[in-house]
Amino acid sequence: MESRILVLLLAVGAALTVLTGCGSTPVAQQGNEQPAVVEPEVERREITVADIDTENFEVGAFIGQMSIEDFGVSTVSGARIAYHMTEDFFTEVSVGTAEAEETSFERLSGAAQLLTDADRDLTYYNVSFGYNMMPGESFFGENRAVNTSLYLIGGVGKTEFAGDDRFTLNIGLGLRMMPRDWFALHVDVRDHIFDIDLLGQEKTAHNFEAHMGFTFFF
Amino acid sequence: MRKPLHIVACLLLVWAGAATQAETLAVSVEDPYVELRTGPGRGYPIFFVAERGEQIEVLKRRTDWFKIRIERGEEGWVNQVQLARTFDLNGEPTDVPSFTLEDYADRRWEVGVLYGDFGGANVVSTFGAYTMTPNLSLEFWLSEVLGRFSNSQLINANIVHTLFPERRFSPLFTLGTGVINTEPKGTIVATEDRQDNIAHVGIGIRAYVTRRLLFRAEYKSYVVFTSRDDNEEVSEWKAGFSFFF
Repeated sequence: MESRILVLLLAVGAALTVLTGCGSTPVAQQGNEQPAVVEPEVERREITVADIDTENFEVGAFIGQMSIEDFGVSTVSGARIAYHMTEDFFTEVSVGTAEAEETSFERLSGAAQLLTDADRDLTYYNVSFGYNMMPGESFFGENRAVNTSLYLIGGVGKTEFAGDDRFTLNIGLGLRMMPRDWFALHVDVRDHIFDIDLLGQEKTAHNFEAHMGFTFFF
Repeated sequence: MRKPLHIVACLLLVWAGAATQAETLAVSVEDPYVELRTGPGRGYPIFFVAERGEQIEVLKRRTDWFKIRIERGEEGWVNQVQLARTFDLNGEPTDVPSFTLEDYADRRWEVGVLYGDFGGANVVSTFGAYTMTPNLSLEFWLSEVLGRFSNSQLINANIVHTLFPERRFSPLFTLGTGVINTEPKGTIVATEDRQDNIAHVGIGIRAYVTRRLLFRAEYKSYVVFTSRDDNEEVSEWKAGFSFFF
């Protein structure tokens, strides 16, 4: 009988221990261990989408060939900076320089020079608006794809040439190839249109340019 | 020779350090899936998806596209619409700021380019503006006038009153002063360059297009205070676009 009571008491005691134990263990964990886990989270910096690095500007240089009407074809080089407003539209400021060759007349006549050396330097400044017409991919071999974008571009600016500043329209087509997110290669064809009266009669000159270049996004 | 090299090396290290410390944001996908594109635009193909519950890391932004890295290590671009439907680590919807009319009303700086006609000649202008009060802003203009008989440069400072600064379309009034430098073309007339003071009044319109882009058109009536007996009056029409910050 005594042993039965003892067994009963032990069972009740064990049950109580287990019950209270079960109840108290999580409380103890919350009390002791949680703060260690929580504290670093409190110290962590809040980063929002506004803190994310934006890369909407594109800056770079180019080199190519430019045909200056009546003055032959010469090397052109320059720099550009662009701001991407949306995935479709961007605006670009570019500067380029070239040195005009001799006209056929100058070459055939021998000595007669239409322009001084300083006046042969051509410099253009453009502000243009671009439209990414065909975004897509180009494939090199079986396994390599590069993001590309074919864009239409046009704008206004001035050209310093033959001792005068000339209002200039430019229009063109370009291909941007992006082997990396932050790096692009460009192939551009541009027509620079301005009026010139150097050879006696005022006329509209079309000066075609083809260039290759690279840009970095930042 | 060694010193510049050292400086360059130090700068590179600092730059590399800054680059590695670039902040990234972790969010979890709440839509059934998020599409990863190879480039920042709708024309680039989708090559991967991140599923609901997956954690993604936002690395950088270009226009409305975000470069992300998913748990499996793949990197691709998602649109801001999809990013806005993710949750941040506090379980709140990710706040993706996009430019709205409200940001336009709060603008501080504006820069732009306009093209038009200045008394029969072509004019290309750039300007910078500082917004002092919602209605009043201070502007600084540089213009290049390219004509048949002469070229001019204009430098102007003006004050602009925007009638409805918080609306999508608003008329504006401008009043300013500056200098004009005129160079007649040598091949036609042999006169000297001249510099005159100039003042103007004008009226225009500014329209909020999208994001940071504004459209602007204006008419200005200039008075050139020449050294001759009569002052010259010139009308100018132009239109263009600007960005605000």
